[in-house]
Amino acid sequence: MSTSADHDRPDFSFGDNESGSAASHPGGRSVYDRGGAVCVIGAGASGLTAIKNLKEYGFDVDCYERETGVGGAWNWRHDRSPVYASTHLISSKPFTQFPDFLMPDSWPDYPHHSQLLSYLDRYADHFDLRPHIWFGTEVVRVEPVDGHRWDVTTRSTGGYGTERTSRYAAVVVANGHNWSPKLPSYEGLDEFRGQVMHASAYKEATQLRGKRVLVVGAGNTGCDIAVEAGQQAAKCWHSSRRGYWYAPKYVFGRPTDQVNDRVLAMRLPLWLRQWLFHRTLRLTVGDLTRFGLPRPDHKVYETHPIANSQLVYYIGHGAVTPVPEIIQFRSYSVKLSDGQEIEPDLVVFATGYLPRFEFLAPEILGTNADGRPALYLNAFPRRHPTLAVAGLLQPDSGVFPLVHWQTVAIARWLRLRETAPERATSFAARIDTDAGRRFNRAKVKDSSRHWFEIGHVDYLRALQRTLDELETAP
Amino acid sequence: MSAKGGQVRVMRVKDWTHPVRAVRREVLTATPEVDEGKPPVLFVPGFGHGAWAFTEHWLEHTASRGFPAHAMSLRGHGGSGPAPEATLRAYTHDVAQVAASLPRQAVLVGHGAGALVVTHALARYPARAGVLVAPVFGGWGTAGVALLRNPVGTLPAIFGGRLRLSRRQLFSRELPDAAARGYTGRLGRAGKRAQWQLLTHREPEPAVGNPPMLVLGSPDDRVVSAAALGRAARRYGAAPLLFPGMGHDLMLDARWREPIDAILDWLDKER
Ligand SMILES: Cc1cc2nc3c(=O)[nH]c(=O)nc-3n(C[C@H](O)[C@H](O)[C@H](O)COP(=O)(O)OP(=O)(O)OC[C@H]3O[C@@H](n4cnc5c(N)ncnc54)[C@H](O)[C@@H]3O)c2cc1C
Repeated sequence: MSTSADHDRPDFSFGDNESGSAASHPGGRSVYDRGGAVCVIGAGASGLTAIKNLKEYGFDVDCYERETGVGGAWNWRHDRSPVYASTHLISSKPFTQFPDFLMPDSWPDYPHHSQLLSYLDRYADHFDLRPHIWFGTEVVRVEPVDGHRWDVTTRSTGGYGTERTSRYAAVVVANGHNWSPKLPSYEGLDEFRGQVMHASAYKEATQLRGKRVLVVGAGNTGCDIAVEAGQQAAKCWHSSRRGYWYAPKYVFGRPTDQVNDRVLAMRLPLWLRQWLFHRTLRLTVGDLTRFGLPRPDHKVYETHPIANSQLVYYIGHGAVTPVPEIIQFRSYSVKLSDGQEIEPDLVVFATGYLPRFEFLAPEILGTNADGRPALYLNAFPRRHPTLAVAGLLQPDSGVFPLVHWQTVAIARWLRLRETAPERATSFAARIDTDAGRRFNRAKVKDSSRHWFEIGHVDYLRALQRTLDELETAP
Repeated sequence: MSAKGGQVRVMRVKDWTHPVRAVRREVLTATPEVDEGKPPVLFVPGFGHGAWAFTEHWLEHTASRGFPAHAMSLRGHGGSGPAPEATLRAYTHDVAQVAASLPRQAVLVGHGAGALVVTHALARYPARAGVLVAPVFGGWGTAGVALLRNPVGTLPAIFGGRLRLSRRQLFSRELPDAAARGYTGRLGRAGKRAQWQLLTHREPEPAVGNPPMLVLGSPDDRVVSAAALGRAARRYGAAPLLFPGMGHDLMLDARWREPIDAILDWLDKER
């Protein structure tokens, strides 16, 4: 593995190089002026594709990454990685790979997380991105200065050493949104004597072995962990508040997302697609209420479907027991909404994550009191044209292709502002009117879990229009 | 033709829902003695040819000038797995797959119809540079020229049969007969559908990543006319580099060294 020491760093010496020079800050602190360079925060999938595409459009790029390697969520060595030993993709390969850097044909339809990490490592090497990345460096503050420029303050991840501030022409925030656990509050939780953990701390099946486990949450992670508990634990209850649509990973012998997009390509009306999907699930998975699972209170496509072929199987074996939502914790037991009381030794909260941008004042992203930012295309904030967020997406498909095109749009937008400012104004106006708009035809639930949910086809069509509009002369 | 100028295509429903079937792919490699940090070069042969067409001379020569060199066989060709139903999309996929498997961003060099495959692959892979050698972009004009020059070998191909290129089309008189016979004897055939698509294919999408492009060929090529060569080069805003007196198979002909040196000189300058 190469480390930051192997590479030439961008030159931060005072004054005498082309792209970096010292400027003095109104507060008296010294600020390294990086000229027209763009700062990317985070070297996960989103940050990497941002660096690559900005480079392709001729920008100088500095990326700051708090960890010592690339890959973000997919690097299980990282403190905040949410992946567990058995994590496999839930989106099949063609929907997950970067459109211009294919995953090997020899890989399975749903690769393992370690393959994803090697893919991102290879992407970084192939496009020579590492020389742009400052590893072990955390961004602590991002402040607007001088019109549309930004002061980015960093320090080493451990918190030791001094802070340094560099001034950039633009900032792309790619810090991920699957690392800050969202924990629900319950009456009596503090008194509960059993073990409690968030799914982010779940790494491997040995943590469950022989225990009586209650898994809370029916998202993809909750279902994965319930399936593992079904095989490893002494007992597994799986609590969900609502009914979900459980799509198998395969229908008709093909990855389900591929079959689904074939139907999407026919451009049928939403109600007809929903009817078709319901029909297909009925035929393949059957009626889940027979297994004791709640009936979904919404139509498919209104929340992203759960892709899990095994949950129903383990419920069928009696290895996983579906239970309704939790009402209250007691010292040694948990009371459920159907009056039942169960006695788990371990409770795993697979209750999701919340986005966090501690380094930015909330008003910059138009963040509301709940913490949801208002962005156009989930990327562009109002009134700050040189700031963008990459990867803040919860699609019904893979994330990488969407972020790829998102960052191409960001690069085009930054270029267009320089080369054809008059054309850029109409896009700025659209950001203003459409920030916060959702890209999903179905009506999506409003919990934080579904904030960033988008239909990949609607979203990509919107991105295509944006890319065409932001097209710049070579 | 550049990412910045052209309309990129975001929606790829066919690639998502009908991914190209995996197949074994032959990739032959020659590595330079010292790594000078030069980009890898991937040679893509035209229809009927395999990686072997480059291992004769160009592969080693490229490595000897410090570039990691790779030659591949499209599916159904050379040592790659059989693929009678191959399409242009499958060939494009093969190139994009091999390019992405290389450790660093590669230069794509396509010869003959392999150049057409490369122009399609450039929309799926941001190459360091693209080189089109005696490019066959197809269309009915190309078929007409080929029919005039070699009616017996060409006519069956129009109806899905085998295309037989003659010694006169591929090589100059300078190449000894035995060698020429040896090479023509090794020629295989492209998939029927791919051959048909050579006549009917759509314009390639714009290249991503704005790579520099070079077109070269011979005015005495009996497959690609000088006019077609000029048109191909003009698409990329330049004139073709010309090597008079050579046949269509520049990499196998007697004076094979001149065009490859010109390509590598250009790459050295572009870096
Ligand atoms: C269990 C699980 C399964 C998933 N399955 C799939 C799937 O099947 N398909 C799919 O497409 N996606 C899946 N995802 C989504 C996944 O999050 C994305 O694929 C992708 O990893 C998001 O990349 P990112 O770069 O946006 O964020 P991350 O991968 O989280 O990367 C963010 C990076 O920013 C760094 N960073 C954060 N803050 C700072 C700071 N202040 N200073 C410096 N650096 C900072 C972090 O260290 C990290 O490296 C899954 C997620 C989870 C949790």
